[in-house]
Amino acid sequence: MQQIAYFIKKYNYFLLFLLLEFISVALTIRSHSYHRSKFINSTYSITGKLLDISMSIFEYGHLKSDNFRLAEENAKLRTLMDTYSKGEIILDTAKIKNKFVAAKVIQNSYTKQNNVLTIDKGQSDGILEDMGVANSSGIIGIINNTSAKYATVLSVLNENSKINAKLKNNNYFGTLTWNGKDHRYSQLLDIQRQANIKIGDTVVTGGKSIVFPENIPIGKIKRFDASNKNYSNIEIELFNDMSNLGFVYVIENIDKKEILDLRNND
Amino acid sequence: MTRDTLNIAFRFLFLVLLQNLILNNIYFFGYINPNLYLLFIFLYPIETKRTNFLFVSFFLGLTIDVFSNSGGINAGATVATAYLSLPILKILLNSQDTDFKLFKLSNEPFLKILVYVSLLTFIHHIFLFSFEYFSTQQIGMILYKAFTTSCFTIVLIVLSIYLSKKNIATNQ
Repeated sequence: MQQIAYFIKKYNYFLLFLLLEFISVALTIRSHSYHRSKFINSTYSITGKLLDISMSIFEYGHLKSDNFRLAEENAKLRTLMDTYSKGEIILDTAKIKNKFVAAKVIQNSYTKQNNVLTIDKGQSDGILEDMGVANSSGIIGIINNTSAKYATVLSVLNENSKINAKLKNNNYFGTLTWNGKDHRYSQLLDIQRQANIKIGDTVVTGGKSIVFPENIPIGKIKRFDASNKNYSNIEIELFNDMSNLGFVYVIENIDKKEILDLRNND
Repeated sequence: MTRDTLNIAFRFLFLVLLQNLILNNIYFFGYINPNLYLLFIFLYPIETKRTNFLFVSFFLGLTIDVFSNSGGINAGATVATAYLSLPILKILLNSQDTDFKLFKLSNEPFLKILVYVSLLTFIHHIFLFSFEYFSTQQIGMILYKAFTTSCFTIVLIVLSIYLSKKNIATNQ
């Protein structure tokens, strides 16, 4: 017993070092699994506020591209409005499937292995975990942690992000993942060999998940290898420039609770 | 004593804010964000009782992690750097019994500062990126990122050490 006490006394500095390293590794591993980075995240009001201030300094840098994107989206929506029967507005709320909440990205990362964004809307704006995040050019990620005023988004540029995706011109679907290398490209897995894919084909979100509605753009096929049995290394060039994100939409699936209840009943 | 503590607290806050609000948005050459917060380790007064130092380093790293949603990678790397700083300094100064109470890094010759800062910074970044990638297959990527990011960090830290020296000289 005395020897143990002596040992601890002699090596207490080293033991403290080991303990702190152990805590760090534990926190790192926790952060690698989805929804478990409860304590170490930037949704605290003080970190959110500070990131907000910092972004208000930096956002002037990309105001121009933001405005351009908004103008483009307006144009697209106007064409859509024209093609729909004029003057007829959907009054029946049962027909509305998704609700959109606009938010601003206050902290962005895209060079790490596991990238996470912070946005300036939280539970008080109706944002909950597992909602999808996108802007007019394409998808961005899924809400991971929320506080009253802020939320973190698991970016598509994250090893843990797995998003159901399909080809636009037919209905073959696969899973969108990221290998951590280049923030402009994402990888598509599990596409059936029967699917006749070509370079330049557009990839959109599939309707299989309850996070994203169908047909939100993702990117186009940049290159792939084909063997007799399967496709491999399908690289998707993302439509979204993940290094330059300003305003985004958080998408709430109104029927989500109902779908989840149904699934739990089985 | 209290003045020292206040200085350290002020430096802690300043470096955390600088790192998170400005330096983490730089993306030099598309991916390099210099980790200037490491300057804290170099300017921390050398004491024989180093437990406080380890704790403070841990919290410094953890604060950076909270802002950038990165789990515990900065905390782990900073604690490792803090732990190794004294042994490396002792080897470099080539003596066991230097009067560490009077020791000031900025009074040492330039070459020694450069070697000391470079070694520790590189160690820090190796730890940082190993924690981040957490896989042995990515060793090439880890070394590449550690090397490039270290270069920029080292330049900034050495410059800051000389800048802070000038400040102290004018204050007294």
